[in-house]
Amino acid sequence: MSFINKPKVRHPDLPTNELGLTRRDYEGAMSTLCAGCGHDSVTSAIIEAIWGLSMRPEQLVKLSGIGCSSKTTAYFASGAHGFNGVHGRMPSVATGANAANKDLYYIGVSGDGDSLSIGFGQFAHSIRRNVNMLYVCENNGVYGLTKGQFSASADIGTKSKKGEENLQSPVDPCLAALSLGGTFIARSFSGDKEQLVPLIQAGLMHKGFAMIDIISPCVTFNDHAGSTKSYTFAREHYHEAVHADYVPPRQEIKASYAEGETLPVQMHDGSQIVLRKLDQDYDPTHRGKAFEYLRTKLRQGEHVTGLIFVSSSGPDMHEMARTTDVPLNQVPYEKLHPGSAGLAKILKRYA
Amino acid sequence: MAQPAKPQDRVNDFVIKFANVNGTGSASANALLMKSIFRMGVPVMGKNYFPSNIQGLPTWYEIRVTKDGYVARSGRVDLMVAMNVETYHKDVREVSPGGFLIYDSTWPRSTVLRREDIVILGVPFAKLCNENFIGVRNRILMKNVMYAGVLAALLEIDLEVIRQLLTESYAKKPALVDANMKAVQLGYDYARAHLPCPLPLRVERMDSTRGHIMIDGNTAAGLGAVYAGATVGPWYPITPSTSLMDAFKGFCQKLRVDPETGMNNYAVIQAEDELSAIGMVLGANWNGARAFTATSGPGISLMSEFIGLAYYAEVPAVIFDVQRVGPSTGMPTRTQQCDLMLCAYASHGDTKHVLLFPSDPEECFHMTVQAFDLAERLQTPVFVMSDLDIGMNDWMCPDLKWDDGYRPDRGKMLSKEEIEALPKFHRYLDTDDDAIPYRTLPGVSPKGAYFTRGSGHNQYGAYTEDSTEYQFVLDRLVRKFHRAGTLVPRPVIEGSGDRAVALVAVGSSHGAVHEAMDILARLGIGVDYMRIRAFPFGKEVVAFLESHHRVFVVEQNRDAQLRSLLTLETPVEKSKLRSILHYSGLPMTSKEIVEAVLAELGDAQRKAALG
Repeated sequence: MSFINKPKVRHPDLPTNELGLTRRDYEGAMSTLCAGCGHDSVTSAIIEAIWGLSMRPEQLVKLSGIGCSSKTTAYFASGAHGFNGVHGRMPSVATGANAANKDLYYIGVSGDGDSLSIGFGQFAHSIRRNVNMLYVCENNGVYGLTKGQFSASADIGTKSKKGEENLQSPVDPCLAALSLGGTFIARSFSGDKEQLVPLIQAGLMHKGFAMIDIISPCVTFNDHAGSTKSYTFAREHYHEAVHADYVPPRQEIKASYAEGETLPVQMHDGSQIVLRKLDQDYDPTHRGKAFEYLRTKLRQGEHVTGLIFVSSSGPDMHEMARTTDVPLNQVPYEKLHPGSAGLAKILKRYA
Repeated sequence: MAQPAKPQDRVNDFVIKFANVNGTGSASANALLMKSIFRMGVPVMGKNYFPSNIQGLPTWYEIRVTKDGYVARSGRVDLMVAMNVETYHKDVREVSPGGFLIYDSTWPRSTVLRREDIVILGVPFAKLCNENFIGVRNRILMKNVMYAGVLAALLEIDLEVIRQLLTESYAKKPALVDANMKAVQLGYDYARAHLPCPLPLRVERMDSTRGHIMIDGNTAAGLGAVYAGATVGPWYPITPSTSLMDAFKGFCQKLRVDPETGMNNYAVIQAEDELSAIGMVLGANWNGARAFTATSGPGISLMSEFIGLAYYAEVPAVIFDVQRVGPSTGMPTRTQQCDLMLCAYASHGDTKHVLLFPSDPEECFHMTVQAFDLAERLQTPVFVMSDLDIGMNDWMCPDLKWDDGYRPDRGKMLSKEEIEALPKFHRYLDTDDDAIPYRTLPGVSPKGAYFTRGSGHNQYGAYTEDSTEYQFVLDRLVRKFHRAGTLVPRPVIEGSGDRAVALVAVGSSHGAVHEAMDILARLGIGVDYMRIRAFPFGKEVVAFLESHHRVFVVEQNRDAQLRSLLTLETPVEKSKLRSILHYSGLPMTSKEIVEAVLAELGDAQRKAALG
């Protein structure tokens, strides 16, 4: 989306992944977002994550709606197909694309405006359907491209740049996803790459709908004092309750954890998420308790981050629809109809 | 009682109308009767006029027994089966002079049921049912089956044919065959004993339905989608399109379950709304599956934003619009051709879309397959413009035939090898100078990757706000649309080509036009006829309009939408086109067309024509 071409100069010693590719091979076009925009940090975390997964770029499918957040998909993985749809309707395009080919990895990037207002219905129903995709919500509490109106995630009492106070209660994408049966629900902060990268990796590998709500401050319209989505506010009030490390299949758990404080979650492909609880009272595998924990912390003015809830059981959209292992876009035509002889048989009922 | 007009003997040429209460099982009884006549080799037409309701409101069904094989309403009612007291007043008025009316004589005849010029026949349906069947629901259902027996006696419909059909319908529940047959026999025997059997309206065996089936357009289209190789069907329920996706799913459950794994080679996804349904269609087609949705006018309104994206980003899609009466919610269970303009230019900005106009279920089947081929060949949405009349009524049509040599036309889709042989892939480059670019699928090669967007883009697929680059793509799109005019189904033209009167129609108006032509011919008025089968129109359409001075455009909407499209998209002189409009919500009759043509011809010509 840029008017400037990125220089294709490559440092000879850049580290490579299992495919022999460097991080540069997972980059996209030059960002046209404002300098310091949280979304650019998210882009960089996505690049780090997919490089780390040694994913072939074309195995990834990038989808987005409309808004600043939705431009993000142009800024990473130029070797992957991207689909920038209409406002709030990315989930339906992702659902259709996924229905056509279950073998690819789908990453949808949306924002709080795109997901929680105009697209709230599609957001909710893609969770219900448990579409196998990673859904990233870059959440900054404002409409940036139209110059700073409150979005549906704006907290009560937060102030706009012009000093207006928001009085409506916010939509919390994590609480919404919990109540809708989401199977992988996380919150993070664009400034915390250490937390974000493994979450993105785990979310991509999770079978089913993985949602990461990323507080991603808008430097131009919502980074002032009085805002609850500013860098300063996020650093002070967003606290990790449970840290997730992603461990690929066939890889030993290397990090040393003190006994009793970790919880490994087995993924369908043999990988693991190792959860490290920073608050011993918290149980990220219990939907009701997770909900209650988030609500309690919110009442105390604290925003919980980390892998809030995960469940590796439960059928995804394809399992519910009992679709064949061969992606539907590759089933040979001969298998799809019974020919003229079959037609004659079918028509007997109508004669 | 005064003597009614002496009825004419009308063998295999009359209309029966049933006035029922919906939710009482009358639909099966009416279908049984129609199919029995069809099985006796006599062509029939059936139309269902039902309310947007589950139970308790008036509903009508019309069977036209037509030895000449006409598929439109005639406008007559020769025999009214008046089973709904609430609508007696209306139903009795509708019977054509010399006709008959049957009512339930369990109770004293309503004062409403009085007419000198028709014969009124009473049958104590409720009494007979109460005496012979147990249970309230059963008695209600059997009352309808019983009138099938009464009609069998009055019209000489073969009881064995009825029994055979019941046996086929209840193959899994043989007890129901006997119960139903008992009701048929009770009605039959009562009529033979008490009524003037047979009536001058009679069914006589013919041999004119061999090689034909009775099928509705939605079922035929659902079957067409199976044969087209569609695998993804996202949709949102809406009358009158629901039965199309239901049919697709039903066929898939029989034909698309892998015998080895028991897994499905299809995905029907019930979306949360039409906005989502069309989004899924786009996502799936973009990703290389053949995907379609079925909806009606209100659904198209909701889908319009995405349809514009599909047009501009050049994503194939097949959309069935089974049209119903608008505007707004309108009359959901009545028919019209009222979405022509909506679909032709759906979405904001400069957009134009390919429309196909099937005129019967047979064409629904074949045009469905064509729609998928065109959508992928042209990389654009294609609308199949059906309507409630075609979609939900059973039509007699020739057996559907399938060419085993058919292979889907996937259009310009590059394989991995083709992509990798290219110096560089550009999504919207007109490499072949035919206004159609090449596309690639996700997952195939990183070299084929591109960014699909509804925002301004240049021919290389990159974002642009540059006027020249933007216009370049937009101008190619209009050239692509002209090209579509050479690929879509051509019009069907009948007549000598030099007659003074020409008729033009699309879709379900065809039946009425065809019958009107026969009537006009008998009056000595020769008519040329062009049935348009697609938009954009193509050169044959233009030539036909240019070669006729007086052209009647027949259509089922108030605003002459087809005429508008013709004046906008062809060079035809506007004043040459006269409209014959029908927008009552009921299917059109030939009578309206004949009267409009005669009125237009003026007294002198009319007199000459009428001799």
